[in-house]
Amino acid sequence: MNTTKITARSITDREFFYGHKACAGCGGSLAVRHILKVLGERTFTAIPAGCMSAVGFIYPQLCFTGNAIISTFPGTASMLSGIAAGAKALKLNNFHVVGIAGDGGTADIGIQALSGAIDRRDKVIYICYDNEAYMNTGIQKSGLTPFGAKTTTTPAGENIRGSVTHKKNMFEIVAAHGIDYAATASVGYLQDFINKIQKASQVEGTSYIHVYAPCPTGWGVASNTTVNIAKEVVDCGLWYLAEYECDEFTLNRNPKTFTSVEKYLRSQGRFKHLQAHDIEHIEEMRDRKWERMRRLWRSV
Amino acid sequence: MSNRPTVQHFNSPKHISDYPVGPAFRAGFLTSTNAGWRSERPVLVAERCTLCYQCYMYCPEATVFKITGAVDFDFDYCKGCGICAEVCAAKAITMIPEKR
Repeated sequence: MNTTKITARSITDREFFYGHKACAGCGGSLAVRHILKVLGERTFTAIPAGCMSAVGFIYPQLCFTGNAIISTFPGTASMLSGIAAGAKALKLNNFHVVGIAGDGGTADIGIQALSGAIDRRDKVIYICYDNEAYMNTGIQKSGLTPFGAKTTTTPAGENIRGSVTHKKNMFEIVAAHGIDYAATASVGYLQDFINKIQKASQVEGTSYIHVYAPCPTGWGVASNTTVNIAKEVVDCGLWYLAEYECDEFTLNRNPKTFTSVEKYLRSQGRFKHLQAHDIEHIEEMRDRKWERMRRLWRSV
Repeated sequence: MSNRPTVQHFNSPKHISDYPVGPAFRAGFLTSTNAGWRSERPVLVAERCTLCYQCYMYCPEATVFKITGAVDFDFDYCKGCGICAEVCAAKAITMIPEKR
């Protein structure tokens, strides 16, 4: 077991996801790149329908240099269980089984298979890259689309301004299973994300990481802003970096003051239509969440 | 460049027997580049580079790679997104228009 910290200097130079056809500035592909770099060559990867399978497996252009397969949309986690069982039957040692699904593939379509895998405590890693809508099929609302976001199925009109529902609390839904390890991360805070992938790889049981991954195409932002937005969302309090293990929640980052939610929202095309009271509502929901997290969770 | 796959020639199937039995193929087999996607390209001023490797870390394409005393770019696959220039604290990378 390797417990040395992986940094910009020490991370392997090998690339396991290369030449893919994701949009320029894709946050999801940045997440996949680092997941596979941290886990290394001896990794079985299952990816359901979604951007990452659409851009990575364009026969005969195959961009995963390791063992990777497309799973059914609802069956990411069950395929992971199957791979883990198969590897055990073959008496393989020293390997990882990882599933990388989008927000729709996790919070909507794949949630029951994920729930089952956690229940069985299979030794697999499930990573949800959250770009807050079904981007691959043309930006439809998912269970993880935030309040007020414009998608093709939640258009911004005079009466209803974008998504009327709030983001599903996927991290705590997973934690409520009593999972061995769960964490949230953001591609803007890469070192934190890398540490969490490394930690997940050493867990004897199921682990889940929810990584926030901006999508320039779907969000109406420039391709070079991906990383800044992924940092800003954490700084303004609309996303949080946390971990769950041994029945305890830990807040990894607890900012004393938040940066402007309005600035974060206004910089994105999908929130341009929001009115002042919508933004106030979003701030209110943020404050309510943080009040609860600060009261009940351990913070470092 | 051995740390990453490179473009290979693909022999298109001529006969039904040339097709794979299952929907599977060799991992890391690249047949095309992404260079044509780019409207801007990153340029490094090596003297300003502090070797913090944030450009290397944050590149979604993995097209920034380390060389002795600097970084370099794989222009076969760089899409010109500009993240490397954005994350460079030393402002050693600038994006310039791609001219043909």
